[in-house]
Amino acid sequence: MTNLNTETEKRPIALSVDDLTVAYNSKPAIWDVDLDVPEGVLMAIVGPNGAGKSTFIKAVLNLIPKSAGTARFYGKTYEKARSLVGYVPQRGSVDWDFPTSVIDVVTMGLYGKLGWFRRPGRKERDLALHALDQVGMADFAERQISQLSGGQQQRTFLARALVQDAQIYFMDEPFAAVDAVTERAIVAILRELRERGKTVLVVHHDLQTVEDYFDWVTLLNVEVIASGATATTFTAENLRKTYGGRVAYLHGGETIAATGD
Amino acid sequence: MFRLSDADKRVWLVIGTITIIGILFIPFSQMVLDVSYNYTLRTVALGGAILGIVSGVLGCFAVLRHESLMGDALSHAALPGVAIAFLLAGRELGALLIGAGIASWIGVQFIRTLLNTTRIKQDTAMGIVLAAWFAIGIALLAYIQSRSDASQAGLDTFIFGQAAAIVESDVQLISVVGFIAFAVLALFWKEFKLVTFDSEFAGANGFRVGFFNVLLSTLIVVAIVLGLQLAGVILMVGMLIAPGIAARQWTHKLDQMVILSAVFGAFAGGTGAILSAVDADIPTGPMIIVVAFAIVTISIAFAPGRGLVWTLLRRRGDRKRFAAQQTLRDLYKYAMSHGDTSYPVPDSFIVGIGGANVQLGLKQLEARGYVKGDGNTWRLTSTGATVAKDDAYNQQLWDVYREYSDELEIPLIAEDRQKDIHDMLPRPAVEKLERKLEGMVA
Repeated sequence: MTNLNTETEKRPIALSVDDLTVAYNSKPAIWDVDLDVPEGVLMAIVGPNGAGKSTFIKAVLNLIPKSAGTARFYGKTYEKARSLVGYVPQRGSVDWDFPTSVIDVVTMGLYGKLGWFRRPGRKERDLALHALDQVGMADFAERQISQLSGGQQQRTFLARALVQDAQIYFMDEPFAAVDAVTERAIVAILRELRERGKTVLVVHHDLQTVEDYFDWVTLLNVEVIASGATATTFTAENLRKTYGGRVAYLHGGETIAATGD
Repeated sequence: MFRLSDADKRVWLVIGTITIIGILFIPFSQMVLDVSYNYTLRTVALGGAILGIVSGVLGCFAVLRHESLMGDALSHAALPGVAIAFLLAGRELGALLIGAGIASWIGVQFIRTLLNTTRIKQDTAMGIVLAAWFAIGIALLAYIQSRSDASQAGLDTFIFGQAAAIVESDVQLISVVGFIAFAVLALFWKEFKLVTFDSEFAGANGFRVGFFNVLLSTLIVVAIVLGLQLAGVILMVGMLIAPGIAARQWTHKLDQMVILSAVFGAFAGGTGAILSAVDADIPTGPMIIVVAFAIVTISIAFAPGRGLVWTLLRRRGDRKRFAAQQTLRDLYKYAMSHGDTSYPVPDSFIVGIGGANVQLGLKQLEARGYVKGDGNTWRLTSTGATVAKDDAYNQQLWDVYREYSDELEIPLIAEDRQKDIHDMLPRPAVEKLERKLEGMVA
């Protein structure tokens, strides 16, 4: 099912998922997922609501238990590969009234590297400021997080992941409900990450922008329908198979299917 | 390095004020309230103050984890432990406190097990443990009393607290154990902060979230057990959460919140004890809680930024400002549509257009000298006309920005129409917009 062109064939596999199954209440949320993600791709994971996209990421990162299957990061398990992986969760998972500042949240991304008894110091603060600068939030460093807009919160989470300087990034709907300025900032970051050779997997909700932003795409609806380069994988037929004819999407001007079909 | 922001200065002001009031309270109570500072009062006041510090600091985390009522459940859950410890070891304070701690701790674990393995929600689980453990405690105490053993006298002080029972060794115990708890807190400060703020991210980064949850719960149980004698199981939750709630209103920083909690807790504990000494019939535990919640009330009412008074004042200010803006715009549009800015606008029109807000708006504009009333019409003054014209121009530039920013290759920023666009964009970008606008109007 994976569609590798000759260039990506030469690259190492950053993420290898085999037979991954996750079930809630005896019903599979994702089923027998096999996926090989070559290094350096910017991949969108798309599918209808309830398709298991968030579940997939959480299972791969050991945040929820797997019913079956494995996930390997450059051949290693997640426990051994933690320092290689960065995670940007959905915004709603946190109490934004917690008394802390933007730069404090970003610095938390470095706690893992500090270990048990060291406190964050000058070096950590500089790294955090640099990450904030990358997302255009350097002026907001001392701002209390409850004073942030949705898009600014998203960029703070993004900076927290960037500061970890990981090799593989997972992002859960980073573009959901953000303003235009934030969207542009996130796209710029994604492109820069790819240029630096990082691998980025993004659960994405907006079909209109898949072809503009991502060079790889995985179509998921409990099972993997297709996965590969966007140009060859993001086709009308695959979309119909994934969404079941319920998607209204303009592909270069023509409608794929109408809603309510 | 020591750059204090306005918010920081405000926090230090609050700390300073409370400390001074606290210190002055001692001579005040001696002279005005006729309180005599005997050994008992000094011990109780000191014990209350130190307890206030310990429970205030640890209680911050209960509040931030949305586990304030958990503190109540845990306090009530301590009672059967006291009774069982008495039955096993007699009226030995150390044993009673250890028993209280174990009963509370079992209660916490039971709640967590219920939450993790069944569909019971947090409030229900806490209600179950609170009611069940407390009922067992009451039943056991009743049984103990029925045995009419002289040594059981005073066991029920654990329900309501009794300050007179506090002796110097108790104060030392609270100090030492409290100090150890603080050491643990300081050691794992960043872990506690991370696990409380975003436990999922903490887990993904290799932190043992379960371990830190248990450790934090244990510290809270320790705080509760230390305060049981003074405050009793029923009121202990107040000592735990009041300082933290009050502190949160004054600061956005966790470390400041914790320090403020300690200060508020010390104040409540100390002055509460002193106030209760005014009359022998005033119970100490409840008095401390009353002082603590007086601080909470003042904080919620008056804290800048979050407080009720602040919010009401700001809303009123906003209403006035928006009314003035909108009224000015309506007057300007009407006048301009009739030829020039000094054209008189009839009262009936402006009220008809603006409705209730108009009176507020007109008052603001008149006060600033932007309009002048003339019988039943209103005219813009020359100052008012200039302000209105600049405002209209600004809005037009924003309109052009929204539609043409991409085409004119102007950097993308968040629109803020309350601000002057000249302050939001660099000079060359604004000039592009101005030229575009000129071209459109021509």
